[in-house]
Amino acid sequence: MTSIALSQLINPLAAVLLLLAFAMLAQRRVLTLVHLFAAQGFALACSTAIVASATNQTHLYWSAALTLILKVGVLPRLLHRMIQRLDVRWDVEGLINIPITMLMGIVLVVFSFNLAFPIAQLASTVTRATLGIAMASVMLSFLMMITRRKAIPQVIGFLSMENGLFFAATSATYGMPMVVELGIALDVLVGMLILGVLFFQIREQFDSLDLKHLEKLKEGE
Amino acid sequence: MSAAGFLSQLLQLAIALLLAPLLLGWVNQCRAWLSNRSAPSLLLPYRMIRKLFHKDAVVAENASPVFRITPYIVFGAMTLAAAIVPSLATDLPFAHAADAIALVGLFALARVFIALAAMDIGTAFGSLGARREMFVGFLAEPALLMVLFTASLISGATSLPTIVETLAHRDIAIYPSLAFAGVAFTMISLAENARIPIDNPATHLELTMIHEAMILEYSARHLALIEWASALKLFNYSCIGLALFLPFGIAQPGADWLAILGAIPALVVKLAAGGFALALIETLSAKLRIFRAPEFLGTAFLLAVLGMLVAQLLGG
Repeated sequence: MTSIALSQLINPLAAVLLLLAFAMLAQRRVLTLVHLFAAQGFALACSTAIVASATNQTHLYWSAALTLILKVGVLPRLLHRMIQRLDVRWDVEGLINIPITMLMGIVLVVFSFNLAFPIAQLASTVTRATLGIAMASVMLSFLMMITRRKAIPQVIGFLSMENGLFFAATSATYGMPMVVELGIALDVLVGMLILGVLFFQIREQFDSLDLKHLEKLKEGE
Repeated sequence: MSAAGFLSQLLQLAIALLLAPLLLGWVNQCRAWLSNRSAPSLLLPYRMIRKLFHKDAVVAENASPVFRITPYIVFGAMTLAAAIVPSLATDLPFAHAADAIALVGLFALARVFIALAAMDIGTAFGSLGARREMFVGFLAEPALLMVLFTASLISGATSLPTIVETLAHRDIAIYPSLAFAGVAFTMISLAENARIPIDNPATHLELTMIHEAMILEYSARHLALIEWASALKLFNYSCIGLALFLPFGIAQPGADWLAILGAIPALVVKLAAGGFALALIETLSAKLRIFRAPEFLGTAFLLAVLGMLVAQLLGG
């Protein structure tokens, strides 16, 4: 009985994840973006823990704990430190203005809901309905990476895409094997560190974190 | 048409007309408390309306008939809307006249006429206010329709009483689609009722006005009707919100007199809480630049559409 009551909570949490993806898409400030990313990680950890207790899959508790430590604790802290060291608290300029980005986001959500619908029909998990939301948050993070010019929001977009993928894995197949999950967690952490080093290099080279300067690196100009 | 339905219709209409200025006074009082000022009397809107009815009307020389009939049309539209929105009972004979979509059209009719009247006199502030009003209106209207569509998608009907009956009979749980729609509806009501993030109802600075700029030329009974109509508009929007998102305590069809009378205190309590929440939002937020309004209302539209999509995907 408790498991049914708990699985009722998965849908609202999925909706919260979708909402946070949109909030990140619309956010102008870098620091708020980091907070939103931490909130997304927290919602993800909660939903994973709920799926774990609703389906009695103990390994999902581990991945929920891993998500909590990595995405609510370590990564946001690293990002904070990087923002402070690089002194980039300014407002983020998007390539396209925000209302249009949001409309594109709605189109993406409709697209991924349609895409996920036949897959969800085949699945038999309690979380099958949320697959569409997981795909939508992956797409929205993609859109965020495309529409942002600065390096840090792009990295946050990348990380939140990983959140979306993780959520998709939980909702489609109750998560990946433990080894794979540990591997991905390590990958994300190491990727983050490498990108951090890269930021300093980019800034040293161009005095800015605007990625359009990277186009100068083309040969033959 | 049953006699009970007819009587509950009359009772609801009378309550709407009488309570609307009180709701406005309550919101103003809460705002004053929250910003640490001494509050004006709760009955101030009634006194103002009475005072305005006793004065002689002054109409500009080059005013056309549109200017004269607008207050009556706006007041009539808002009264009709108050008769359609189920605030006390769902067994309303009038409600068959218009469904949720026609209700949005009714609000649009009032908006068009008040904008026409504002441009009719030809003053700079009037046409400025009218343009801004239409600007806000064309962004808010689709969002409002989306909110109503979310509710009708869940209940499978566009008639408001049916929507309310269906929503009131669901088990108590968190419905993500309705949560999205609720937030969107709050934002739309703030914009539509000329409240703080979009417009400041208490401003004296003509350049920042939207609603007030349109009615600058009105006086006496015309102004009284327009003020009463905007109080009714706030009341109607609150009642739509309560009917969609907190439909508990509204008398169901076949209910006896006691249930309909019992719905009155429930409505008053819900409206008082809603009015306090409105004052709280207004105190906590600052007025947006007019060109930020598309972003604000775009977010409302987004939330409403998301609510609809989530309702489709998760089944409510």
